[in-house]
Amino acid sequence: MDFAQQLVNGLALGSVYALIAIGYTMVYGIIKLINFAHGDIYMVGAFFGYLVALYLKLSFVPSLLISMLGCAVLGVLIEKVAYKPLRGSSKITLFITAIGMSLLLENAFRLIFGPNPKPFPELLKVKIYKLGGFQINSLQISMLLVSIILVILLQYIVYRTKSGKAMRAASFDIDAAQLMGINVNNTISMTFAIGSALAGAAGVLVGMAYPRIDPYMGIMPGLKAFVAAVLGGIGAIPGAMIGGILLGVAETFTKAFISTKLSDAIAFAILIIVLLVRPAGLMGKKVNEKV
Amino acid sequence: MNKKFKSAFLILIPILLVFAVLQSLISFEILNNYYTQILIVICINIILAVGLNMIIGFTGQLALGHAGFMSVGGYAAAILTLKLHLPFPIVLLAGGLVAALFGLIIGIPTLRLKGDYLAISTLGFGEIIRVLIINIDSLGGARGLAGIPKETNFAIVFFITVGIILIIRNLMTSSHGRAMLSVREDEIAAEAMGINTTKYKIMAFVMAAFFAGIAGGLYAHYFMFLDPKSFDFLKSTEILTFVVLGGMGSISGSALAATVLTILPEALRPIAEYRMVIYSASLILLMIFRPQGLLGTKELSSLKIFNFRKNNLMKVKKGGTKDVAA
Amino acid sequence: MSLLNAKDLVIKFGGLTAVSGFNLNIGENELIGLIGPNGAGKTTVFNMLTGVYQPTSGEIEIMGEKTKGLKPYELTKKQIARTFQNIRLFKQLSVIDNVKISFNYKISYGLFNCIFRLPGYYKEEERILQKSRELLKVFGLLEKENELATNLPYGEQRKLEIVRALAAEPKILLLDEPAAGMNPQETTELMKLINWIKEEFKISILLIEHDMKLVMGICQRLVVLDHGQVLAEGTPEKIKKDPKVIKAYLGEEVAV
Repeated sequence: MDFAQQLVNGLALGSVYALIAIGYTMVYGIIKLINFAHGDIYMVGAFFGYLVALYLKLSFVPSLLISMLGCAVLGVLIEKVAYKPLRGSSKITLFITAIGMSLLLENAFRLIFGPNPKPFPELLKVKIYKLGGFQINSLQISMLLVSIILVILLQYIVYRTKSGKAMRAASFDIDAAQLMGINVNNTISMTFAIGSALAGAAGVLVGMAYPRIDPYMGIMPGLKAFVAAVLGGIGAIPGAMIGGILLGVAETFTKAFISTKLSDAIAFAILIIVLLVRPAGLMGKKVNEKV
Repeated sequence: MNKKFKSAFLILIPILLVFAVLQSLISFEILNNYYTQILIVICINIILAVGLNMIIGFTGQLALGHAGFMSVGGYAAAILTLKLHLPFPIVLLAGGLVAALFGLIIGIPTLRLKGDYLAISTLGFGEIIRVLIINIDSLGGARGLAGIPKETNFAIVFFITVGIILIIRNLMTSSHGRAMLSVREDEIAAEAMGINTTKYKIMAFVMAAFFAGIAGGLYAHYFMFLDPKSFDFLKSTEILTFVVLGGMGSISGSALAATVLTILPEALRPIAEYRMVIYSASLILLMIFRPQGLLGTKELSSLKIFNFRKNNLMKVKKGGTKDVAA
Repeated sequence: MSLLNAKDLVIKFGGLTAVSGFNLNIGENELIGLIGPNGAGKTTVFNMLTGVYQPTSGEIEIMGEKTKGLKPYELTKKQIARTFQNIRLFKQLSVIDNVKISFNYKISYGLFNCIFRLPGYYKEEERILQKSRELLKVFGLLEKENELATNLPYGEQRKLEIVRALAAEPKILLLDEPAAGMNPQETTELMKLINWIKEEFKISILLIEHDMKLVMGICQRLVVLDHGQVLAEGTPEKIKKDPKVIKAYLGEEVAV
């Protein structure tokens, strides 16, 4: 019985990780950058949702959409200001910049909102549904539902639209894509926009479920979502989804059946095992260097 | 023979002078505890930075999670002091060795990875260390380890720092140092020329871990308290920033940056609220406008002002090798 | 005596067989050319011989010792050295440091010695310095010993790569397209240089090249590779007239 319950919990958590992980993997796939600030976009999403719900008194769906839009804009802005000037720089330079951006977001929001957690307004009535051996609440349902809808939308964009094709082409070979006439800058911006929007959505969903948000809430989920992306195979969108779900389930199970305190470490343990055993992840491609 | 003694002399004199000046300022209480603490923290940060520079700057391996080694060394040293009451030098050395051991255990599997993957897995290990320490009650758990006797003083820290810098400098100007640099420059070519690249990566990693462990021991026995939360990803990033700002591949750069970045937050205390925002924004700007940091791969000693003597010597001995550390 | 003997080398990458049935025997004082159209697998052969790739099957013997499975740095100790198709110098290191690296695998002092600067260290460093300088002098690069490798003109960079490989004191030298990007005059000089290296250092050289003038001019023996298999082997005269070779390079319709 408990197993089924934890599975449900794990799936809900996993869907959140999946949304964030997709953003990581899309950006890495196209410009080979681990955007450390991505976890903080998730935090920004939660705060946007908070502001909109609190001051504009909007309901769930509008809040979600506005927050997603806001994050998309922020994501594109960050790319243009900090990452674009550094295209082609060494890995370490990009890495430090991403870390700097992450710190900037965290501390800027801390400056604006103060370090204390803020209570997230109630956007959905919490209803508990009992099904057989477990129970699921409306917040978890919304997490799963919203994630599924967004992922389906994403699949449509990536596989059925021209811009989606451009994104896929660019992630295979950005130079070739450019030579084929694809506007690479726009494609990259779009990638950031979509990834950030998804992270923002995750932020709102989590804000509703664990109703205290603070400027540092993005750090751990960000790192864990990254692990999920690596687990699934960094650069592969379906991999990110699977990785997210698996990680969510693994973490929930660890918390429930082994120890709460170790649940953080499980993510990193998984990361290291994946990197040592199969760095390409579950669905990634192995790239060989030409000698 | 004379040349060696002469250059050793030239290095030793300024070092002793600096020490004498600073130590007297402390002993005569012109510099109070606050400033003494800053000096000690500067030295500890220098040790951390020059160590990490060996891995990132000289061997070209992007390894994070350095704070993990510092905490391992600090905790090991503290436990030995508290439980076994061993003398301070032994405890420090032991802390370093334990950290080095962790470096070996972590390094062997992870150093096979490249670039981003290496970075993330070392980061992961750093986090795992942190989580493990929090979960071990005999180490104080989440509440930290208190009651560590104060053994560290400025003199000890100063000379250990100088010693470590000298060790690294001697290493880097030798064949083994060149080997590390070749790993950074082109691993495949290095292997082809007979360099066991894995061995050198691990060497850099373990040595840096050793030094970080000693830094941890010094830290523990000065602040008399160890909080596992202070050795997190943020701390590792801080050390990384020292290396990047100073210039990856420059020992004096790392030392300089560590000094500047330790003093700066203190100097900016009045605007402490904005400090972190300024700091993170500066990081981004630094990467955009001057990614090679202050000194790039050059050393302080190769700058024009310090070279007037050497340049004259060179004119006399035509074809002499320039004493540039990488 | 056979310096290198490769028997039935095969390498597969996933489903693709890049090289199969490769046989080569290199004796003392030989200058052998490995030629073939682009993508024939020449560099892949080099990579197998130097341990960068592990052959799927087959044997490699260097001076009688089986060397399959050894890593590149272990093979250097077996006295085989190479240069690369796309120059792989240590760009941010000086010219002389690039050369000094190749002495590393035979260094006599350990970590302790170098940190504490005992006399053994100084003697060894002096030896390495002198030997590196000798080599640079012979190749006309001594004056630039402290220049960063990346600042050298292209032709000198290629030369430096050869010097670096020679510093490892090999018995077999593998040169991967040493004349790439050179004009005819430079190529002629390179031809003389390669011949001279073979005589002066008493080593055997295996050479990948596309420049037919160079290949025909200095190689004693040619091995032609196409689609991963040996198409023909023999003297330059014989190879020039071999119809299979002509077809592989130029297509069916072209006459001799």
